[in-house]
Amino acid sequence: MTRWIQKHLNNITLATGFLIAGGFILKWLQQTAVSSVFLIIASVIAATPIIMRAWAALRLKTIGIELLVSIAVVGAFVIGEYDESAIVTFLFLFGAYLENKTLAKTRQSIKSLTEMAPTTANVVSEDGTVVSTDVDLVDKGDIVLVKTGDQIPVDGVITDGTAYVNEASVTGEARLVAKGMSDTVFAGTMVDNGSIFMEATKVGDDTTFAKIIELVEEAQDVKSPAEKFIDRFATYYTPAVLVIALLVWVGFRDFRLAITVLVLGCPGALVIGAPVSNVAGIGNGAKHGVLIKGGDVINTFSHVDTLVFDKTGTLTQGKTAVSKVITYGDATVALAAATALEKNSTHPLGQALVSYAQTQGWSEQAKISDVDVIKGQGIKAHVDDEILVVGNQLLMATSHIMIDADQQDDINALQAAGNSIILIAMNQQLIALVGVTDIIRPDVATSLQALKATGVKRTIMLTGDNTVTAQAIGQQAGIDEVHAEMLPADKAAFVKGLQETGAIVAFVGDGINDSPSLATADIGIAMGSGTDVAVDTSDVVLMQSSFPELVHAYGLAKKTVGNTRMNIVIAVGTVALLLFGLLAGVIYMASGMFVHEASILVVILNAMRLLSYHPKVQLSVKKAHVLDLNQGHHTNVSVH
Amino acid sequence: MTKAIMQLDELSCPACLQKIEHALTQQAGVSTVKVLFNAAKVKTDFDDQAVTADQLADVVTRLGYEVKTIKVKEA
Repeated sequence: MTRWIQKHLNNITLATGFLIAGGFILKWLQQTAVSSVFLIIASVIAATPIIMRAWAALRLKTIGIELLVSIAVVGAFVIGEYDESAIVTFLFLFGAYLENKTLAKTRQSIKSLTEMAPTTANVVSEDGTVVSTDVDLVDKGDIVLVKTGDQIPVDGVITDGTAYVNEASVTGEARLVAKGMSDTVFAGTMVDNGSIFMEATKVGDDTTFAKIIELVEEAQDVKSPAEKFIDRFATYYTPAVLVIALLVWVGFRDFRLAITVLVLGCPGALVIGAPVSNVAGIGNGAKHGVLIKGGDVINTFSHVDTLVFDKTGTLTQGKTAVSKVITYGDATVALAAATALEKNSTHPLGQALVSYAQTQGWSEQAKISDVDVIKGQGIKAHVDDEILVVGNQLLMATSHIMIDADQQDDINALQAAGNSIILIAMNQQLIALVGVTDIIRPDVATSLQALKATGVKRTIMLTGDNTVTAQAIGQQAGIDEVHAEMLPADKAAFVKGLQETGAIVAFVGDGINDSPSLATADIGIAMGSGTDVAVDTSDVVLMQSSFPELVHAYGLAKKTVGNTRMNIVIAVGTVALLLFGLLAGVIYMASGMFVHEASILVVILNAMRLLSYHPKVQLSVKKAHVLDLNQGHHTNVSVH
Repeated sequence: MTKAIMQLDELSCPACLQKIEHALTQQAGVSTVKVLFNAAKVKTDFDDQAVTADQLADVVTRLGYEVKTIKVKEA
């Protein structure tokens, strides 16, 4: 019975609406008796689900809004105010319907995430047959077959076959990644082409994808201080309204006024105002690669005035890349040939040159022969009958290649900027210098400026690196203060020191060594490409490890807190307005209910504005939509 | 201690949340109840000697909320 009514609630609401409309038309046609019958039927069928809910709550010793409405409606019914009782119940049901519809919108971002979750897996059984299995029943160690167009059901390692995989759902990058033997694949990603057998290593709730979903789901229900206050308030508020109504009835002998108080006293907009803002805010974040772990985080984050950064892997990408190329004369052939030479080396500096060459489109057509690798110095080879020397300064010296004063100045400048240098010489002439450094993430400087404009007062970088490199990086990033040669414990102590001076500190980091600081700071922000420990310890995760995300997160936190405040003002304002209207004698039960439901919709619509929030900062990098936990295979090189 | 996760039909009012939390907490053997309002999920830890997951699902159903799926994990 209960469930039948729940299922057909929309039909009940619709029927009530028609009956009321019919009732009023008949009234207008002077058919008072028939009109009353219509309105009585409307009241009864609309009141039934409300009273049932009120009763269910009462049995659990909870006094809900439904109880207030139920008593009011029964009261109106008893004194023969059928139109009031019909309209109040209808508005209550219709309001709940609209509330549901609009709430669903604010929850859409998480829902679209969960809908991407895999449901079935093709498990290969011992005799070699393939069985389609519910994804929850796949065990660790099972062998799973994934074919073209299928979704990878669990995290695992490829045991046979190759495939191009679209990992957009986990890494946020909508490009195909080639995967082969012993490569790791993630649940929720899609095999675009190919066919693989994989061994399940993480199943069910342990997969990377499931963890992202769980984080977001839990986050939306972690309450902000405003919400907690309202929750406590609501527990006492609703019974208090009952008592006041009773006092009005006994004191003024005015039954009608008493039941009106009950309807007006419903705490609708107040209860929903704060949470709906947070849900919309967190939903917006999830859509833009920012995981915020709850309403209290949003609140604290909005008050942050000091940002402390780790260097390697946070301000920088944590991997070597070419930062500068200086050439003397035409270096096209030499650079291309050097790249071809380095292609077969595993040296990190060489790798940086190779990936840089890919972005520059350098082709290596030259004929290379007599390759000679000199350990710890570099490579020599013949290129179209000329001698190519690629390596460090020592190799240049032993090869008797002259470096003039200007060139030496360039080398010194590169080193001061924190670079390691590859020197390239051809025909005994130094032709190019390639500066390789752990490069700064894109948009750091502009993002930091934007953060300053939104309310951050101080930016500080802490690093274990040497002072020269640290200063160089700090200057490029536009950081206010740089503190170098620090141990992890020093960093945490530094954060604590800042807090003691009254600063509200957010620490941004990526490594295991950052977790003490992430935990100590008022807000810990982890780079999504960072370690699991950092991601777990943090309050906010930047899924794509990008700085524009940080600007977005901070702006969003401020905006959400403002939105929550606005909603509370709207809710309290409505109650005050209704009270005033009641005293002035212009508000009755039905109109009171109408204003109430309208205010609930207003706060939800207000919160929905947060869904489309995007900071108005000009940034060079386009952001992908989805989430990125693993930026390991990201080759984003830029030149300064 | 056993953990059960129930997926419910969409929850619309915060009052539903309180109702479910209240009702489940009062069941014998239940140690923690967490209702995720926006995800419409109920997470609960309970002693499987005292009560079964199905009984808990039944409590939620009797309150008038449909339990779509239920996952039980030994912990």
